[in-house]
Amino acid sequence: MAVEREKERPEGAEKPTPRWRRFLQPLLVPFLAILTAFVISGLFIILSDMEVLSAYANLFQDPGQALQATWKSVSTAYGALFKGSIGNPSDLYRGLSALAETGDTTLLRKAAYPLSESLTNSVPYIFAGLAVALGFRCGLFNIGVEGQILIGGLASVWVGYNISGLPWFIHLPLALVVGALAGALWSAIAGYLKARTGAHEVINTIMMNYLAFRLSDLLLTDPRLMGRPTGTPMTPQILPTAYLPRLLGSPLRFHAGFFMALGAAALVYWFLWKTTLGFEIRTVGANPDAARYAGMSVAKNFVLAMGLSGALAGLAGANEVLGVTHFLGGGFSPGYGFDSIALALLGKSHPVGVVLAALLFGTLRAGASTMQIKGIPIDIIQILQAMIIMFIAAPALVRLIYRLKVEREVTEVVFTRGWGG
Amino acid sequence: MSVAIRDISRAVLQRERAMGLLFALLGLAIIALFGPSAEPGQQATFVLNFGQAGKTTPIPNLVLPVRGTIYFLGLLTLFLAGFQLVRAFKATSLILGLIIFLSILAFLVWVTRGKSFNLTAMLGHMLLRGAPIALGALSGIWCERSAVINIAIEGMMLSGAFASVVVGSITGNLYLGMLAALLTGGILAALLAVLSIRFQVDQIVSGTVINIFAAGATSFLTARVLVENQALNASGTFRPIAIPLLSRIPVLGPIFFETNIIIYSMLFLVVVTHIILFYTRWGLRSRAVGEHPLAADTLGINVFRTRYMNVIIGGMIAGLGGTYFTLGSAGRFDELMTAGKGFIGLAAMIFGKWTPFGGFASSLIFGFADSLQVKLGILGVNIPYTAEPLPSEILLMAPYLATMIVLAGVVGRAIPPAADGQPYEKQ
Repeated sequence: MAVEREKERPEGAEKPTPRWRRFLQPLLVPFLAILTAFVISGLFIILSDMEVLSAYANLFQDPGQALQATWKSVSTAYGALFKGSIGNPSDLYRGLSALAETGDTTLLRKAAYPLSESLTNSVPYIFAGLAVALGFRCGLFNIGVEGQILIGGLASVWVGYNISGLPWFIHLPLALVVGALAGALWSAIAGYLKARTGAHEVINTIMMNYLAFRLSDLLLTDPRLMGRPTGTPMTPQILPTAYLPRLLGSPLRFHAGFFMALGAAALVYWFLWKTTLGFEIRTVGANPDAARYAGMSVAKNFVLAMGLSGALAGLAGANEVLGVTHFLGGGFSPGYGFDSIALALLGKSHPVGVVLAALLFGTLRAGASTMQIKGIPIDIIQILQAMIIMFIAAPALVRLIYRLKVEREVTEVVFTRGWGG
Repeated sequence: MSVAIRDISRAVLQRERAMGLLFALLGLAIIALFGPSAEPGQQATFVLNFGQAGKTTPIPNLVLPVRGTIYFLGLLTLFLAGFQLVRAFKATSLILGLIIFLSILAFLVWVTRGKSFNLTAMLGHMLLRGAPIALGALSGIWCERSAVINIAIEGMMLSGAFASVVVGSITGNLYLGMLAALLTGGILAALLAVLSIRFQVDQIVSGTVINIFAAGATSFLTARVLVENQALNASGTFRPIAIPLLSRIPVLGPIFFETNIIIYSMLFLVVVTHIILFYTRWGLRSRAVGEHPLAADTLGINVFRTRYMNVIIGGMIAGLGGTYFTLGSAGRFDELMTAGKGFIGLAAMIFGKWTPFGGFASSLIFGFADSLQVKLGILGVNIPYTAEPLPSEILLMAPYLATMIVLAGVVGRAIPPAADGQPYEKQ
């Protein structure tokens, strides 16, 4: 091996890259991808702003005004994004100094609200992102995470409000486990169908998303099933024994699920890279034919990977219900499942990458709610995400835009493979 | 070897038995669910004339005794099941289709007991509902026959729908709106093609990018621009054009020869795609590129150009499919109004084994499920033996369940173009 590597690098051609560059290199393309995505989304914000457009109508009479309007439009939008996700720096400073002087945390808590929202939002993203990433590692494209989140949430909310008289240390884990199990069973159907009949999981999971949506409509609207007696399409409140504890006091919604999510990421890493089952899953993902030839059951791994992926998605739903909303109503998941596809790609299907990407997405979503108050529809983050995936998936495109040199090829994960399986 | 053959024959035998049992179960279900729960002597009236009387030659209604028809259909199904268990049919899938058809027929007769049901209207509705699905399937066929998987049909439709309304509203000309939809679909397809062919991005990933982008961009622009300027979101719809003479044929006339230009274009495209694909040089080349690009390249066919062209044509067809939702029915754009029809189109393509007529026929099946669900919602269906109404959500689930069953039952023998989904690298 060593000799071969020597051959590849003829003498005097290139110096070995310094350590800092080797460390920053993998971060460069994602960074530029995100930057470019922000620029393109900015264009959408500008081009859909009537004031800016009318300012551009007399660009030649008054170019200053056009530029000013542009700046105002973009800075208001992205300023709101920042304030909604990180917080107002001066408020944070005031809160900290109040804490230092009087030991009073009220101001700081108020100032930290956006930050807490960002972290709270990233919890379902971590779980959902891990779900998609685990599927990718087995060569499966699980678009059904959205539906699996809903199914997991429904199952765990049912346990949450229906079973009473349990102490919290039994009730809470039970609700979580049932949520995970429900998600696992639901998505294992798609895995089983793929393994048994070759039906592509992309279509099946999409169909199962619609089934999950209709099923939840059915359950929520009927008071005899899971709806409220008043007829509003939402479930009853869960009992306090099933609450995931909020760690920073009442107005802040940051809850224990965040650490559970980090634990899940570590567990997924351990499972995929340190266990035999994980090795099999990755082998099937990299090359099913080789896996079959080595005596592994491709079908079994499809079902297993899909089931585990669904369990993670189910946990995303369970965490939302038990930690944040405490009931389940219409519009329960604002697209966490769909966003998580972008997220897993951004995180290169690696648990650490997924956690980082989830923090980014949680921040974006928290900020987007504030942007919406300023008149920027929340859908802007979908545009952002699409652009991010595009540039991450086509690094050559980023290199083309920024005229970067082609780096040595890193082995890429094969994500999907046609209809045949 | 012999062990392998024995394994295969055992698997086939198992499948045949399972099918036979499924058939028998369906037959028993027809008799048990619908037979005694209909009152004796009840009749089901199927109206065959279309709404406005006098336009076509009038024909009498079809009146069936409910119980008798249901027992007949149930026994027929049981007979087929018995034959399957004892002798096994060669074309099991075909028989499965027939039996599903019989079950639906039995259900229809049962639902219509004591009422009347306009069959012609529902079949017309089926064609309408099937049209965007068929256009989606055609779009998929164009792309995949030259080996580019297009799961972005949904996004292309959605963008086409949006563009058609805005351009149609601004110009006041629906044909310009349609052109805008074609262009939008084509541009998105060009993006898909560049990502998949030039940058060799995983094709399902690049399709997902376009889907997310289209959903985001159209919703964003709707909320930010169209909501405030309703004048931009009122294009109106195409009127039906009656073809002289042909539109007067009973049943078929109102269904096929008195609809709008989008449906006519769809029917035209089904035929044209079939001819191009199987009877022209371009079609032969496209298929060669889809099956064995290296061989095609060796023979001097430009693989990249063929793929680019076909994907862009496919995108334009998907864009046309988007106009069904706006210029064809609603006259305005609503967020995410395509509601998964692009994906169902993809399923129809697979079910139709990548052929235009197959895709069209499968789209009609999905269209049928869709229109059935709408009509049943109006008729009001109760759960057999109770007065409890059947929740509309269950009916809404039917098309998706049907897609899954179809995929599970058929895709095993549906073989995609050999190079489908694989980027080509010139050697």
